[in-house]
Amino acid sequence: MTASPPLLDVRDLAVAFDSDGGTVHAVNGVTYALREGETLGIVGESGSGKSVHVLAMLGLVPRPPGRITSGQVDFEGRDLLAMPERLLRRVRGAEIGMVFQDPMSSLNPAMTVGAQIAEPLLLHRGLDASSARARARDLLDLVRIPDAGRRLDLYPHEFSGGQRQRVMIAIGLACRPKLLIADEATTALDVTVQAEIVALVQELKREIGMAIVWITHDLGVVAGIADTVQVMYAGRIVERGPVDAVFSDPRNAYTLGLLRSLPDLSRGRAGRQRLRQIEGSPPDMRHPPPGDPFAARNPYATPRCRAEAPPLAQVAGSVPGHLAAAWYDLPALLKQGAGR
Amino acid sequence: MSEAGLSTPAEIAAPVAALPPEPGAFRAFWRRFSRRRGALAGLVVVVLLAVLALGAAWIAPYDPTATDWGAVRAAPDLAHLFGTDEVGRDVLSRIVYGTRASLGAGLTSVALAVALGLPLGMLAGYAGGVIDGAIMRLTDALLAIPFLILAIALAAFLGPSLTNAMVAIGLSATSIFVRLTRAQVQAVAAEEFVEAARAIGNPPWRIALHHILPNIVPAILVQATLTIAAAIIAEASLSFLGLGQQPPEPSWGSMLNTAKNFLDQAPWMAIWPGVSIFLAVLAFNLVGDGLRDALDPRERR
Repeated sequence: MTASPPLLDVRDLAVAFDSDGGTVHAVNGVTYALREGETLGIVGESGSGKSVHVLAMLGLVPRPPGRITSGQVDFEGRDLLAMPERLLRRVRGAEIGMVFQDPMSSLNPAMTVGAQIAEPLLLHRGLDASSARARARDLLDLVRIPDAGRRLDLYPHEFSGGQRQRVMIAIGLACRPKLLIADEATTALDVTVQAEIVALVQELKREIGMAIVWITHDLGVVAGIADTVQVMYAGRIVERGPVDAVFSDPRNAYTLGLLRSLPDLSRGRAGRQRLRQIEGSPPDMRHPPPGDPFAARNPYATPRCRAEAPPLAQVAGSVPGHLAAAWYDLPALLKQGAGR
Repeated sequence: MSEAGLSTPAEIAAPVAALPPEPGAFRAFWRRFSRRRGALAGLVVVVLLAVLALGAAWIAPYDPTATDWGAVRAAPDLAHLFGTDEVGRDVLSRIVYGTRASLGAGLTSVALAVALGLPLGMLAGYAGGVIDGAIMRLTDALLAIPFLILAIALAAFLGPSLTNAMVAIGLSATSIFVRLTRAQVQAVAAEEFVEAARAIGNPPWRIALHHILPNIVPAILVQATLTIAAAIIAEASLSFLGLGQQPPEPSWGSMLNTAKNFLDQAPWMAIWPGVSIFLAVLAFNLVGDGLRDALDPRERR
């Protein structure tokens, strides 16, 4: 669709974990592409495969018990999954930066913040200690940590949670990667601090222009930051498209369920209604159901949903690139429901 | 939102910036360590023992091996503050010189145990698999034999000398450090920052040395201090049995061995080495406990 080849091209990625109780199929045939400079928000509940598939791309899923059972992940035309570990290490932290969920536990407590920011530069850019330190100082400035020069020599416990996440972002951006992956990067933070981190990432994106994969279960954050949103359930992509299209016109019942479980504060007191939860619980991924994995919890499910998994296909009557996996016609069903 | 994002970080930073400049990791550690009187007292005794050992030649009033047949088993008086032994040697001087054997054996054997145990434990904990299995079965086998019995057997095998006693004690204590290091490495390797370190492209050896090792040093340090106390007892025991320091060179253990024949006539021959061993062991244990509390990561946060 786009003229230039995508930055990241994920095709049919599947990851399984061997456990005593059987094989857990965590990721099942995930296919998508990411353009340079694009921000992709991936949402889904715990266990939906959103984090695991990203770790798998970077070779960070421990083997055993993890196994990549199929797929190809081209990053700038090179297949990451076929790359030997030695070469993959040159991609990690240099071309793809990563920010983890919990800034409390993702920084080494026994290493100064400056040394941790300098580390990717020492590993990948071959800088000597003093120029790496100077760069680390600039990076602390970049993520808006005041008095950077003095604070390089402090340890992580001397920083607040939000500042530690800024440090994580500085580490992720140290080598000016083409792609920054943020795995639940704001989940462990206070709401006000979350907003600051999101604002910071948006500013940095304007300055640096990297592509971002933002993994979260917070739809509000996705609405604020992403160009494209991708909803995952039971290791599959169930809906994907431009943020506005997906949020205003969801075609998969799970996406709708997620959107309806949010409080609508814009409506003030009128918005004060009981939040709707999604009934039931996710399927046992040791024995995934044959059809649409969401069928058991889906009030709109058709017999076909239980028998056959729907493909991810362009949505008729929506913008190009709005894809959904559903046998049913959600807008029509909603209209019927409203008329009933 | 972006305006708020720009203005608030300075406010968040304010309380941190208001702290006294550079509290420093050591100062914070010292503040917690010195709160404990026992640990402080232990440290004072350890320092005194170190001074005695290093300055023995200047501090001891007599040559520790010089006999004086005119003052055999003389009770403590002004000439011999701690009395003399069965061949008229000054007990005080022998106690002072004996510090060298005790501290030397304690430090050297534990240094040997750490030097062997730390790399083996890291290898076992980080590599896992067959290597881990082999190393752990070996340490299990060694741990099945009581520490002192193993040391006695090794010392007897190597032949009686202070150096061999140190080697014997060090080898016997190695398995403690292998196990401790392995357990610590496994705990730290499961931490999220280790995954983060992999995510920035660190090779395994660098993760082990730069990210895991610094985080296990406190636990090793505490165990080393406590093991020094055990090693001092072990050295005294081996010397008592004639497997350590050889006469006429002084050691607290061998002094006790001779003294046991004269407990009625010359109790001072036994009391002073006994008190010395007791104090040295107590001091290292107190320091070890203090270190453990002061280095506790839960308090560091």
